[in-house]
Amino acid sequence: MDLSYGPRYEAFRASVRAFLDGHAQSAARDPRAWQALLIEHGYAARTIPKEYGGFGAAPDILESRIIAEAFTSARAPGPMASQGISMLVPTLLELGTEDQKRRWIGPTLRGEVVWCQGYSEPGSGSDLASLSTRAVEDGDDFLISGQKIWTSTAAQADMIFCLVRTEPDAPKHAGISYLIFSMKTPGIEVGPLRTMTGHAEFNEVFFTDVRVPRSQIVGGRGEGWAVANATLKHERGMLGDPNAAESRLAAIIALMSEERVGGERLMDNPLLRDRLMRLQGRVLAMKFNGLRLLTAALAGEAPGLAGLIVKLQGCELNHQLAALAIDALGELGVLYEDSPHLRDHGLWQQRYMFDLGLIIGGGTAQIQKNIIAERGLGMPREPKTVAA
Amino acid sequence: MDFALSPEQRQLQDSVNAALAQVSPLARVRAFAESGEPVARDVWATLTQLGAAGVMIPEEHGGLGLSLLDAALIGEILGAHAAPSPFLGGAVLAPIALLAAGSAAQQSRWLPRLAAGEAIGAIAVSEAVAGARDGAGPTARDGRLSGVSLFAIDAAGWDLAIVADTAGGLHLVEAGAPGLATVGLTTIDKTRRLGELRFADTPAEPLAAGDAAAALRRLRDAAWTLLAADMLGASGAMIAKAVAYAGERRQFGRLIGSFQAVKHLCAEMAAELEPCRALVWYAAYAGDAVPAEFPLVAAHAKAHLSEVSRFVARTATEVHGGIGITDLLGLHYWFKRVGLDRQLLGGPERVRHLAAAMQGFAVA
Repeated sequence: MDLSYGPRYEAFRASVRAFLDGHAQSAARDPRAWQALLIEHGYAARTIPKEYGGFGAAPDILESRIIAEAFTSARAPGPMASQGISMLVPTLLELGTEDQKRRWIGPTLRGEVVWCQGYSEPGSGSDLASLSTRAVEDGDDFLISGQKIWTSTAAQADMIFCLVRTEPDAPKHAGISYLIFSMKTPGIEVGPLRTMTGHAEFNEVFFTDVRVPRSQIVGGRGEGWAVANATLKHERGMLGDPNAAESRLAAIIALMSEERVGGERLMDNPLLRDRLMRLQGRVLAMKFNGLRLLTAALAGEAPGLAGLIVKLQGCELNHQLAALAIDALGELGVLYEDSPHLRDHGLWQQRYMFDLGLIIGGGTAQIQKNIIAERGLGMPREPKTVAA
Repeated sequence: MDFALSPEQRQLQDSVNAALAQVSPLARVRAFAESGEPVARDVWATLTQLGAAGVMIPEEHGGLGLSLLDAALIGEILGAHAAPSPFLGGAVLAPIALLAAGSAAQQSRWLPRLAAGEAIGAIAVSEAVAGARDGAGPTARDGRLSGVSLFAIDAAGWDLAIVADTAGGLHLVEAGAPGLATVGLTTIDKTRRLGELRFADTPAEPLAAGDAAAALRRLRDAAWTLLAADMLGASGAMIAKAVAYAGERRQFGRLIGSFQAVKHLCAEMAAELEPCRALVWYAAYAGDAVPAEFPLVAAHAKAHLSEVSRFVARTATEVHGGIGITDLLGLHYWFKRVGLDRQLLGGPERVRHLAAAMQGFAVA
């Protein structure tokens, strides 16, 4: 056990810091220019090959982590984050044709092409493989009809990567294909999906005879489930950000140290303080668990249980942190939107509500528990019911 | 950057685990619990052969000269077996006190005997760490102690005791000293021996070679870390037993582990406990390499493991159904083990209060 990074990585850290010191002004410019600068210096798209528009460095988890840490501590805007960059690009790199890679990866990395993800459907949430959006062959094209839901950024997106059923008679996992197509294609309608936060963080997308060339498939026909899982593998492979809960905790410590109710500092309330300490213990445990995952990733080892529990525990922890902030604020905690006396821009209520969506989305807490029990603990699977 | 156990550390855990499976199965745990034997000599001899008694004692004094992390890894396995052994007092805390505050003479007198497993070490610091109850707290004057220490750890069949007085000074008391009496305290956890040490003008050598306050703090933080490690091991064992039972017990024509109601209980236990492993590792590592972070992380390890272990203990019992609460099954030895770990040297509320005070959020 040795938590030092060593001289080579400390030198690398110094170079990242020097870059951030020297470019503090540029960070405020428009996001695409900043992203281009980050790619040029290797702080975004670091390991994507040069010929596809990346920086072309060899993968190095510690370098990636040092970059993330340096950006966080400098409070500099990080590399552009989008579903196109985090999910589509790795999928194309692994399974796309040469033409697809050259055409889409560069513009996606630079933020010139925005993607949305068409996976979930009203009838297919946890049981995603039961999806029923159909793609029927018509000459050199597919004609797509059906509906997607929970499609964030659909209103702004130029393109969609989408799971559709191309082989209706095959078993459910074997009848799916992964298509990429323009959101400007005739027959696509996007409707905002307003949530309890008051904002429309998601959309519904309706397809009516949307014509897509058959060449715009990634992987083979009927292999879409495997392609999607390759994407999810990349998502799972990305380390959860251990800084998120930690910075949320720091914000609550500041809040409780500064705010007073009836003249009493919130931190001097023993019940609130005890809740804060309980959550600090949890935050530390998840932070050190993250170190363990990082080490496993460096060694190329499977993270096992330590990895399987991150989504369940991390989302719950963030939710509990938001709840503590609201409770600590008392009556001030209910203020929202643009109210007078608002604290922290009403962020805590918004997080408390939005985080509940994160507990449900991306594999519900209950699905996570099935995974932990079956894959992590080797418990017996639920007997299969007859497929509908 | 390496936050993982070394191959040697994994091997250490494996060998202690294999040895305890032989020498300290449930039947042996039960026999110790139901008898009045002060020390499980056979278990202790086996652990000593593996070097556990001298794990933290420098090689020049006959020990292995390893780290607090190595000690915590052994402690985890002891918890997993609910094994009776005077490891915490004699192998971890007494050497820490002697190394932090003992004179060269005190060190060379006691460390080799501790490393050889010949001397049993008791630790009486409860009042200084967890607060005085029932008027306890010995006072020191002119090399003598008077008064009572409650909740002394490994306080049966002991040879030397490390005692904290009410002023925060540390003392070394030898068994058989005049005016000394040891009274056993009966607790829920019969796999360990807690006691009350009574002093009446009892000769005691001060451990005064170093910064006494720092030595006491280190003792406290190491004890919290090792109690957390014990809970980690005991809770892990309870989860394993629950999962195994759910994989063999049938009701309604199905393995009960295939019911989500049961499966989710097990998943919740595992999800709560798994990050605790990293927390305990880091606390012990901080004790070895990051002294500035040690008090806070040790406090959180103790408090958080206390909460998680209580949840695991009751949930693992529930997964077993009715048989879970019987003496026949014996799961209660682990249940009670974490029950003791939780309260000893401060329950979670008190420890979290101290954690807040360490950060300036409260007055201790």
